[in-house]
Amino acid sequence: MDKLLLLGDEAVGRAAVDAGIGGAFGYPGTPSTEIFEYLQEHAALTHAFRADWAANEKVAVEEALGMSYAGKRAIVTMKSVGINVAADPFVCSAITGVNGGLVVVVADDPGMHSSQNEQDARYYADLARIPCFEPSDQQECYDMARAAFRISEENGMPVLLRLVTRIAHSRAPVSVSAPDAPRKDVNLPPADSLDWILLPAVARRRYPELLKRRAAFMNGRDPAVWNRIVKMPGAPAAKGIIACGTGANYMLDAFELLGVKADYLKINCYPVSPALIEEFIRGREEVLLLEDGYPYIEERLLGLVGRGPKIRGRLDGYTEATGELNPDRAALLLSKFLGGKAPSAAYAKPRIPERPPALCQGCPHTDTYKALKEALSTRQPGRVFGDIGCYTLGALPPHNGINACVEMGGSVGMAKGASDAGLKYSVGIIGDSTFGHSGITPLLGATAHNTPMTLIILDNSTTAMTGAQDSLATGDRLLNIVKGAGVASEHLRIITPLPAKHAENVKIIGEEMDYRGVSVIIARRECIQILGRKK
Amino acid sequence: MKKDIVLCGVGGQGILTIAVLAVSAAVKEGLNFRQSEVHGMSQRGGSVECHVRLSDGPVYGDLVGRGRADILIAVEPLEALRYVEYLREGGIIISGTEPFKNIPDYPAVETVLEQLRKTGAKCHLIDAAGLAKQAGNSRAQNVVLAGAAAHFMGLEKELLLDAVRSMFGHKGQAVIDLNLKAFDSGFNAIN
Repeated sequence: MDKLLLLGDEAVGRAAVDAGIGGAFGYPGTPSTEIFEYLQEHAALTHAFRADWAANEKVAVEEALGMSYAGKRAIVTMKSVGINVAADPFVCSAITGVNGGLVVVVADDPGMHSSQNEQDARYYADLARIPCFEPSDQQECYDMARAAFRISEENGMPVLLRLVTRIAHSRAPVSVSAPDAPRKDVNLPPADSLDWILLPAVARRRYPELLKRRAAFMNGRDPAVWNRIVKMPGAPAAKGIIACGTGANYMLDAFELLGVKADYLKINCYPVSPALIEEFIRGREEVLLLEDGYPYIEERLLGLVGRGPKIRGRLDGYTEATGELNPDRAALLLSKFLGGKAPSAAYAKPRIPERPPALCQGCPHTDTYKALKEALSTRQPGRVFGDIGCYTLGALPPHNGINACVEMGGSVGMAKGASDAGLKYSVGIIGDSTFGHSGITPLLGATAHNTPMTLIILDNSTTAMTGAQDSLATGDRLLNIVKGAGVASEHLRIITPLPAKHAENVKIIGEEMDYRGVSVIIARRECIQILGRKK
Repeated sequence: MKKDIVLCGVGGQGILTIAVLAVSAAVKEGLNFRQSEVHGMSQRGGSVECHVRLSDGPVYGDLVGRGRADILIAVEPLEALRYVEYLREGGIIISGTEPFKNIPDYPAVETVLEQLRKTGAKCHLIDAAGLAKQAGNSRAQNVVLAGAAAHFMGLEKELLLDAVRSMFGHKGQAVIDLNLKAFDSGFNAIN
């Protein structure tokens, strides 16, 4: 069969299709979005499974767990920080266990290309005590995702698949294998089973079972396929490299580039058996770690200090403690560790101005920021708590429109907290999709106490930043949600962010900031990217 | 055969199109490849880059390292300068000359082009926007540059033209013809 041209994300999507899933659940987030979009396209054509964006990542895991309970396979997709939102059901789903195979894909973003941190999902798999796969290339994305569904069912626990930006967003030829038959009917656990009811008495029984199954998995046949020691003839016996995920690729490129070699342990599956690591490091004086993310394996190896080899990596300053592993860093590290000369730039880059991302020409957010800025100019010391989306770019000149931005939905709670501290004028600014994701619950607290604060909801009718996915809280639906959350109708205002409406918008924003209670202003105008596509 | 290519421009200029044309041809030639792209926040009018690695042997990493690219293809001259560090000794720059000015401190375009010539790398500076306009649409400047790059990528021109046909196939014959014309004008711009 011909190879397919797939992004790492799409390879995971294709694997889920071939695994015969009953449903895909997720919330958009770079670099994970294309997994779900691939699945959505497929579902629209074949109607073989459900693929609807969830309100947020927590809901996505819960929906997938429900599908798993009912006996069908399910996949959940999210970006790195999405797992923070989903952590509660994710960690607890390890205790309930699964019925239909459940695979949770987390696309990490080392180097923070499109994220607010570079957290490493391997720690979450560890926290939940479940298996984790970390592919090195797009073919492994497919193969590991296929294996993950089987392993999830064989071991009765969810499996985490960790991608990084470079794997997720790189295209390569991928071979696919024969599909599994999708399950037509629900296949429920017995009605009298207590396994899924996490009362303490049940959980106390389930947790040791989880640990037992985890150990059985670790020592079973699967990790042996994905974690292996490669000995290179003529390589120095005293040195070895442990390369995880993408690290293995950069290492192999650097071997070629520098004309060096070393024995290595390639790791793609967790937990890693201590016996395998012991076997690899025995007799070595120095071991270099290549991990694209936190020093996860490195930290575990340091427990051996004093009797084992020197561990070279992020923790001893051998390489930088932060940032993405890339070909430059890998070549530099390997030349330091094994010799050879790492290439440097042949032609120097002169000093040139930066070109940061910016709001599009004609973006409605620009008009809202202009009006807000003017309303604030006569109301000091006002502060604006921002949120996650295109409008975070309002932080940059010429807008300089926000003072903080932390995580999804954070604008609402922070505006309330600052107001509680005595800040007059406290403003939150959030997009419609982000409000649906996690802005509603903090608004409930603000209305319950009628906190003096103004929340501006930028309703551009889409999830624009990630490429215009459907929003669950837009238009009249959004209006009704805000009313239902307890915002008084006279302090729920709608503005149209357009240059022609500037004076009127400044006036409305100012009036609501002067009101000493909760007010919400919905700035309603469609994203111009979507408008462009409709033309 | 082994080519490491870095493509760059401003979000929305269609650098991904050039990359997809290259790998579509590469897959027909049975080559191994990786094509890494940029998504998310940086797409909004910011500087964007894309890496393509082609080889008849194995390709491991998804990215090209600094000082290792055989070809730098830039839709926009200031972006060409920004990524010039990727080029290996003796590597080639193919850059459009039309500036994309969405920043307040964009230098005089003549200065930018002069700085490009002064890097010491072999430079092919092409009025891609002008040629694209002649072909029928100035937005096709990316395809003009793909045509120019066809001399250096180690891929068969016919396969690249097939890739153009299939990429724009769903948009009708007029759009296909326009892009084929744009591609050829870029191809002919290299002596």
